[in-house]
Amino acid sequence: MQIKSQEELEQKFQERIDRGEIIEPKDWMPERYRKQLIRMMSQHAHSEVVGMLPEGNWITRAPSLRRKAVLLAKVQDEAGHGLYIYSGTETLGISRDEVMADFLTGKAKYSSIFNYPTLTWADIGAIGWLVDGAAIVNQTALAKGSYGPYARAMVRICKEENFHHKQGYEILATLMNGSQEQKDMAQDAMNRFWWPSLMMFGPSDNNSPNSAELIRWKVKKYSNDELRQRFIDRTVPQAENIGLVVPDKDLKWDEETRHYSHGEINWEEFYNVINGRGICNKERMKARREAHNNGSWVREAASAYARKKAAKTIAA
Amino acid sequence: MSTSEWPLWEVFTQKRAGLPFEHAGSVHAPDKELAMQNARDVYSRRGEATCLWVVPAEDIVSSTPEDVGSFFEPSNDKIYRHPNFYKTPGASFE
Repeated sequence: MQIKSQEELEQKFQERIDRGEIIEPKDWMPERYRKQLIRMMSQHAHSEVVGMLPEGNWITRAPSLRRKAVLLAKVQDEAGHGLYIYSGTETLGISRDEVMADFLTGKAKYSSIFNYPTLTWADIGAIGWLVDGAAIVNQTALAKGSYGPYARAMVRICKEENFHHKQGYEILATLMNGSQEQKDMAQDAMNRFWWPSLMMFGPSDNNSPNSAELIRWKVKKYSNDELRQRFIDRTVPQAENIGLVVPDKDLKWDEETRHYSHGEINWEEFYNVINGRGICNKERMKARREAHNNGSWVREAASAYARKKAAKTIAA
Repeated sequence: MSTSEWPLWEVFTQKRAGLPFEHAGSVHAPDKELAMQNARDVYSRRGEATCLWVVPAEDIVSSTPEDVGSFFEPSNDKIYRHPNFYKTPGASFE
């Protein structure tokens, strides 16, 4: 077989991407494509896993059995989403243990949104509606990305996110239909979660170091700002529909662009949270490490049982 | 940290009888019983499967992308395996 040079291989790879072909695990890919995907996918998976913590905070205090059953199912879904993406990440040749080690040592990042606390029941509504709403916009775009296993995991996840999104909206709609105190609680959650939800799409396009490369490789199909705009355009009318006020005095409908224009995002806050100085960063990592360590006896017992059974089968 | 990672199992789901099995993803598990339970919890929370296969990933034999040319070549040059190769003047085969 003819040995191709690195440049030739990379050019052939880019041509495949440009033709809209999907890359599968055993295909040749540039080392940097592999690295970038491992980084993105593992961050995404970690976010799903950490995302269970702020919501788990309210399982025992959900206001009804119905809400409790729903929240339990949602949190279980988040664990499942984490596992779909970890499974996809491993197809790139990194082991689950390595991925988990990077997470638990704090080397790998996760979405900044989960470093905000869930102070009231209304926050569970805001997370479902805003945070999962933002995730849907993001993930629907990722579902058309160039790496097969990642795109397939996104398709699976998107199907399930709609339940998350709607149950959150239902929580807030119910509160907005209640007493003044309940309305205030819903508006307070809106005030605290609106801006962090916009930050979920990442830095502005003129300040996003990885974007150009990821778009060239069709790992991302749209820029951060485009996706953020899409989220704002769909969410503002939903807020108005139940009487919630978007906490942005500069927000207005632009008849010319047919989009909402919005105020400046506080990027200093964004970078603070990303770099570990958010309200709950320490608490989240501590909870995650404890869960991992406290679960070690279960993993050891299951391994011991499997070894014992295997030995019996051989002896028999 | 533990370095004794559990084996990887590939998971296949059949939505209902009569449909083919489809690859869903993978799970880690120490044995086949737990692989089956994990597969159910991860890949069929909403009736996505009425039957599940779990297969140790290391036992799957796969062709490689380099095979695409030579390995599958025999099927490409036998166009007479396709019905539209044949001339059937005037007759209806609907």
